[in-house]
Amino acid sequence: MLTPTAPRRGAINVFAALLEQRTGQQIAANREWLVETALKPLMRARGLASLDALVAALVGGAEPALAEQVVDALLNQETSFFRDAGVLDMVADAVKSISDESAISRRPRIWSAACSTGQEPLSLAMALDERQVRAEIIATDVSEAALVRARAGRFSQFEIQRGLPVRRMVSWFESDGGDWVASPDLVRRIQFRRLNLVGDPLPFGRFDVILCRNVLLYLSPSLRRTVLDRLALSLRPGGLLVLGAGETVIGQTEAFRPSARWRGLYEPSLAHPIPLGRLAR
Amino acid sequence: MKTCLVVDDSKVIRKVARHILETLNFSVSEAGDGREALDSCMASAPDVILLDWNMPVMSGMDFLRALRDSNVASRPKVVFCTTENGMGHIRAAIEAGADEYVMKPFDRETLESKLQIVGLA
Repeated sequence: MLTPTAPRRGAINVFAALLEQRTGQQIAANREWLVETALKPLMRARGLASLDALVAALVGGAEPALAEQVVDALLNQETSFFRDAGVLDMVADAVKSISDESAISRRPRIWSAACSTGQEPLSLAMALDERQVRAEIIATDVSEAALVRARAGRFSQFEIQRGLPVRRMVSWFESDGGDWVASPDLVRRIQFRRLNLVGDPLPFGRFDVILCRNVLLYLSPSLRRTVLDRLALSLRPGGLLVLGAGETVIGQTEAFRPSARWRGLYEPSLAHPIPLGRLAR
Repeated sequence: MKTCLVVDDSKVIRKVARHILETLNFSVSEAGDGREALDSCMASAPDVILLDWNMPVMSGMDFLRALRDSNVASRPKVVFCTTENGMGHIRAAIEAGADEYVMKPFDRETLESKLQIVGLA
């Protein structure tokens, strides 16, 4: 791997600081080489020849939207339909179980807390429809650009083929000029909103299930704890937290414990109320 | 080791598919048309067949119908892999007994994803 030269190193530090300031996410040293690749389309579109030129445009401040575009470009928006399909199936089963066992008639509430371009909540909406469960699904992301794509429900041929079984594709999508577009009925089942997990007010009310997959790994340990504590406050007692395959609450916070019923999922730990002071960033 | 029969009249596509499949730990055999593929399946049925649509001698669709009507002992998974990307073709393939559908051009992630869906990766 090439070591960044001094001017380039300075620019990377600026972008890393901007990303952390806006989202809480950090760029690990072994991912720094991705910065230039991620920013190249933006640099090309603006005729900027180097990372330093992009820094100069940022610092010049003539265009406030540029900082947001840089942050959007640096966020890892990797996602796919039915990612970790076994986990998503288990989540859908858990939601059905919550729906069936609910004493009063109400729709289960689900929060997809880092939905990127929408594949996760759309997958869940399909899986729940197959189980004849109607749920309230809130999907949030820190990137407005990702949310614009999610709301449109439009995917390229490569995106639609990653993880989505063909029978579900023909049931829920239509071909349109080389892209594939989700049926309005499916998209309408999801409320997409912009939300920064680190600092913004939490969505109103409590949820039965929160999916927060592959986000915590980009946060510092202290921010990770803060976000987990905030998520615990947003869950009903007995609600479930779903993390990414390489993520855990163990050693991060006492606000959650492993679910005895749903393997790999977590539930709020009633024995450890969260001190309010810890929720401040 | 899992086995895959790649059926395509294009040598280049067979070569690319073989390369990807071998990195996914498949043992790969090849056929240039549906008739050749059917003979191969009668001799030894693979776990999965990657199947082109338009081929000389016997098309992918005719091969699939013949395979599903045949007395091949096991029921190999069939993944269409074709430039016929319209909804009508995809529905017809499912009705004829295809398990999955890859729209060309494809990459390693796409192929791996579809093989996972049919339980083979």
